[in-house]
Amino acid sequence: MATTEEIRAQLAELVNDVAGVPVEDVQLDKSFVDDLDVDSLAMVEIIVGCEEKFGVTIPDEDSKNLKTVGDAVAYVEAHS
Amino acid sequence: MTAPITASAGGPFARLLSIASFVPSRVVDNAEMCTWIDSSDEWIQQRTGIAERRWVGEGEDVESMALSAARTAIERSGVPAAEIGAVIVATVTYFHQTPSLAAKLAHRLGTNGAAYDISAACAGFCYGLAQAEALVRSGGARYALVIGVEELSRFTDIHDRSTAFLFADGAGAAVVGPSETNGIGPVVWGSDGGQADVIGQTTEWNEALSSGERPYLAMDGRPVFKWATGFITEATKSVLDAAGLAPEDLDVFIPHQANNRITDTMLRHLKLPEHVVVARTIKQFGNNSAASVPMAMDALLSSGEAKSGQTALLIGFGAGLVYAGQVVTLP
Repeated sequence: MATTEEIRAQLAELVNDVAGVPVEDVQLDKSFVDDLDVDSLAMVEIIVGCEEKFGVTIPDEDSKNLKTVGDAVAYVEAHS
Repeated sequence: MTAPITASAGGPFARLLSIASFVPSRVVDNAEMCTWIDSSDEWIQQRTGIAERRWVGEGEDVESMALSAARTAIERSGVPAAEIGAVIVATVTYFHQTPSLAAKLAHRLGTNGAAYDISAACAGFCYGLAQAEALVRSGGARYALVIGVEELSRFTDIHDRSTAFLFADGAGAAVVGPSETNGIGPVVWGSDGGQADVIGQTTEWNEALSSGERPYLAMDGRPVFKWATGFITEATKSVLDAAGLAPEDLDVFIPHQANNRITDTMLRHLKLPEHVVVARTIKQFGNNSAASVPMAMDALLSSGEAKSGQTALLIGFGAGLVYAGQVVTLP
């Protein structure tokens, strides 16, 4: 089982790949939209990327609630 | 004894003999678009890659655009119009339910060949091309004309800030004929009617008549983007596999011009070699649905970015959801 930090680090790589955000900025308390400037289309890509990377399924109704990096990491921890 | 039925027989292979397009005259830039919706040029360009789109101008409509593109395609092919055995029109914006636009066009072009319309939205041209290839090879038609044409401006809610800036007009046409070498690879196509509600007409025409409210094209962008960047990217790989080619063998990639961000994501996953020219006509044309693939092909050939004889991968995808793709040799 991956640790919270391992999941955050992998997610940071994904966010960097999709939206060009520096990996060190992708911290648990950051909001994707407000702090990292990730727009709605990039967010869809990040969700799809998480599904592939972590082997989870994130339905649309859940993905809308993933506002911060911490929300996404917690979701992956709870569902993988 | 039962008499044997003669089987149809066509050319050993099929190829594109010509491509042509009609780009409508009215330029609607993002500044004009933003007089109808609360948005900005920067926002639209960043989310879609669209700087301006083409809409029909005075005297232009689905029929005139299709006719113009078809006439040029026939002329470029060198095939006498009367020898065209099938006219296939892909469109979702011919608002006259019957008879078909294809029959009308066939007559105006000078052929009495088979003629019919197909409804496969943004995949329409690639659907039509698959049928044309099969008809030419089976002998159903020696030459087939495939037209993708749309007048989405009449089907767009210009006050819907999630879609108004996307949709546009235009036409593209191709003549397909027999060939000694293969110029059209196997089609990879399919549908997912389980997602029928994510893009489509808001209300049926019958309801519209009684309510007095005009139907429009509506889209839930999120699932469409997810499908296009995920499933369609995989389907695109299958198109290449079906043709027996590797990414290095491609010269040109012509995805349906739905959104540059979809194209960008597809490219990140497809890992095509640097030399592959990628169609980006959405910047000037917007999303022309069934017309986008042939319009992009003609634009790339006309500008010299792509050349006759090169190998191109086409993939169309849209409302249905439906998709179709094939590898072709450019005419």
